[in-house]
Amino acid sequence: MSHHPIHKLNRPGEGKLTKIVLISVALIFLSVFLVLPLITVFYQAFKFGIQPYLGYLSDPMTISAIQITLISATIAVVLNTIFGIAAAWLISKFEFPGKKIILTLIDLPLTISPVIIGIIFVFLVGVHGYWGEFFASRGIKIIFAVPGIVLATTFVTFSFVARELIPHMQGQGNEEEEAAILLGASGFKTFFLITLPKIKWSLLYGIILCNARACGEFGAVSVVSGHIRGLTNTLSLHIEILYNEYNIVAAFAVASILTVLALITLIVKKLMEYSESRDLEALEPAIAEVKS
Amino acid sequence: MSIQIENLTKKFGTFTAVDQLSLTVNDGELLALLGPSGCGKTTLLRMIAGLENPDQGTIKFQENENQVIENRIGFVFQHYALFRHMTVFENVAFGLKVKPRSIRPSKEEIKTKVFDLLKMVQLDWAVNRLPSELSGGQRQRVALARALAIEPKVLLLDEPFGALDAKVRKELRRWLRHLHDELKITSVFVTHDQEEALEVSDRIVIMNQGKILQQGTPEEVYAHPANPFVFNFLGNVNLFHGRIENGEANQVGFVRPHDISLELTPNGLDRFEAVVDRVFSIGNLTRVELKLTESGRFVDSEITKETFDKLQIKTGDKVFIKLNKIKVFQADQNQPEYSI
Repeated sequence: MSHHPIHKLNRPGEGKLTKIVLISVALIFLSVFLVLPLITVFYQAFKFGIQPYLGYLSDPMTISAIQITLISATIAVVLNTIFGIAAAWLISKFEFPGKKIILTLIDLPLTISPVIIGIIFVFLVGVHGYWGEFFASRGIKIIFAVPGIVLATTFVTFSFVARELIPHMQGQGNEEEEAAILLGASGFKTFFLITLPKIKWSLLYGIILCNARACGEFGAVSVVSGHIRGLTNTLSLHIEILYNEYNIVAAFAVASILTVLALITLIVKKLMEYSESRDLEALEPAIAEVKS
Repeated sequence: MSIQIENLTKKFGTFTAVDQLSLTVNDGELLALLGPSGCGKTTLLRMIAGLENPDQGTIKFQENENQVIENRIGFVFQHYALFRHMTVFENVAFGLKVKPRSIRPSKEEIKTKVFDLLKMVQLDWAVNRLPSELSGGQRQRVALARALAIEPKVLLLDEPFGALDAKVRKELRRWLRHLHDELKITSVFVTHDQEEALEVSDRIVIMNQGKILQQGTPEEVYAHPANPFVFNFLGNVNLFHGRIENGEANQVGFVRPHDISLELTPNGLDRFEAVVDRVFSIGNLTRVELKLTESGRFVDSEITKETFDKLQIKTGDKVFIKLNKIKVFQADQNQPEYSI
């Protein structure tokens, strides 16, 4: 170390003023676009007090909307978890032509407007759609019914689990799985005893994101649901109807459910990141050794 | 159990990793597959394990003239491949715990067996540790105990000491040799380290470009290398290019550094003049790098410290070198010179 006074470098972006400006901009942006709306939701919801608020929530139409949202989100999450694991397994453990195309297709639901997804389903399985006849003649109603909502929700949330898993599984390689198979474990046992514990954090992370998106889905569901109150209304559709009827406080009361769900998702996500980083810390010496 | 490999071929796209290879691994021997990286030795090992499917050819496991249908294979990976979320105990017990219920040992039996194995690899104190809490050498010993738990008929090791530092590597090598002498499991291990192969194995198979170049005991292959590649690969070597008197095509003479001795004055006709370029000693050996006056090429000589002290030479001195043992090969165009 030199004992001469350290020459002060005039590095860009390190001045006091720059710092203050940047922090202020970030804070103002966060308040206007995130904190303010969040406060508004709860302020409006509780405008007439707790009693009316609980009244809005226990309204049969709201209960029905919660039920339909939960049903479609549950089915979508289960299907997409199974699909996500299968797709991630296929892509990370095998080499085959057309792999890039599959990777691109997995991203499709994220890049396409949800309304278009809804319209596609109407065209495919609606009464006047390609396969409409087939389902109608068997008495199966898809569009303007719960199955349509489930389909649309599943499609929209298709990518989340797979996208979380693929990079993680590609990074881990499959020596542990090979070791398990050579020790006599079946494919089934290898998956549950070796692979699943390895990917548990990214899997949970994907499931949580998938669930959040499934509960809040609006566009695609709006097209296929038909907005039949008490029958095909999800929470987000119910909010829109209440709002359009100038029932602002009721709309915000129902909206507060989705907001709480979003906040819980964020907290769980943070907790998981914390646990994962702790797990990773325990692994660090191992990783360092392999790298050297 | 012996292994018969016939006409095995494996391609990855246009690259031929293993090329019509035939090999027999005898019952109870410790065989080393030695070769530079990319020579196909690991692919061959993985095919024996069943981790890769050959494009052509067969691998047969035989015991006392009978074809074996069920064969248990123990496999040790270069980077251990321990189950990172399981303790040392759970790792070693894994192969026993996943057995079908009808042949699965009881909990007590598993416990006894795992402790016996961990005692054998001197890690019984670490039963409840996670792999991440152990050093590389310790982890590889856990991996070995895990592979041995299922009582394999064949033990396959893929560069088992490749990720370890020199000292631990040497220790584990010796230890593996003792273990093999005790258990007598038919074993194949892959290495790119000639010293390791020469020191540990009963028999060495030297591979390059998917083919076997030579096989034999360590003494055989070291003393009688079949071709320049093997000579080159099995230790340090000096090359002398030249035309032999009887007019045959280009010939290359191979001389090991310890077969070159130094003299201050030429005591015969077949001496070459050289200048000492660099000298360094490791233990009792002194390595002298010399520059030949005639051709300007560099050669290495290895002499004992004692001889070196007697000669009293230093950098820049003129000396005469004598080739005590030279092996001559036809300069073969098809045999690319080995380079690291």
